Amino acid sequence: MSDGENTKRGRPSRERHADDMIEQKPSSERRKSSAALDEARLRQQAIGVRLRQMFDQVVNEDVPEEFLEILRRADSRSSEKG
Amino acid sequence: MAGAQQPASSRESDDEAFKRELVQLIPHLRAFARTLCGDPAAADDLAQDAMMKAWDARASFQMGTNMKAWTFMILRNQFYSEKRRSWRQSQLDQEAAERTLVAVDDPEAPVALDELRQGLSMLPPEQREALILVGAGGFAYEEAAEICGCAVGTVKSRVSRARRALHAILEGGAYDRDGEPAGEAMRSILADAERLSTVR
Repeated sequence: MSDGENTKRGRPSRERHADDMIEQKPSSERRKSSAALDEARLRQQAIGVRLRQMFDQVVNEDVPEEFLEILRRADSRSSEKG
Repeated sequence: MAGAQQPASSRESDDEAFKRELVQLIPHLRAFARTLCGDPAAADDLAQDAMMKAWDARASFQMGTNMKAWTFMILRNQFYSEKRRSWRQSQLDQEAAERTLVAVDDPEAPVALDELRQGLSMLPPEQREALILVGAGGFAYEEAAEICGCAVGTVKSRVSRARRALHAILEGGAYDRDGEPAGEAMRSILADAERLSTVR
């Protein structure tokens, strides 16, 4: 479990079987770059979440009565016309 | 054109359906206007103008097509035609945008959003707009391209440049607020995103 976490972060545990040791360098390099990619992706997702949050904050505001009033006036104006 | 031939009763029900949909879009128009103008009062003026333009042009709208994209396009055109009308005004708009993107209007607003607003204000307007339409407005690249009147590929590259630039601003030294160490904004964003994703 904790070993899995370490691997994800690109810091493989030092205690490994001999078989693993042979491959350790290239695979740790690979893990490092894939961890960096994951992190970049996570950060972009985080910005995305925050961006929507910022936009939704305004979306969730109460619509000022003025908007509906203007539309009502336009509506009665157009029904008067025809 | 075709509307003139329609019986009055059908035109009225069309108007009703159009109006119902338009009313539902008002919050989104306000949000988009806020990202263009910055200043909330000017943004509401813009959103109202766009709403009225949409209402007046309702005969040219095909019911069943994407009204959100259509009204966003009207709002955006309105914004840029007003800007073109006066160079002086465009200067003021830019200043207002920078000022209010930075300022917290709502004292209850999460502080970290302020950091994002400041980062956004540092992006070129066309990148900011593309990122907001796709990243916050929920539009597909194709729809955003239609709204902005440019090619789909242009929108894609603007969005990806905006994402990279924003990331760099929030992460790097370009952003500094209240003497907080660089990267602080990004850390708080990450922490927040983590919290949000576990809530959902």
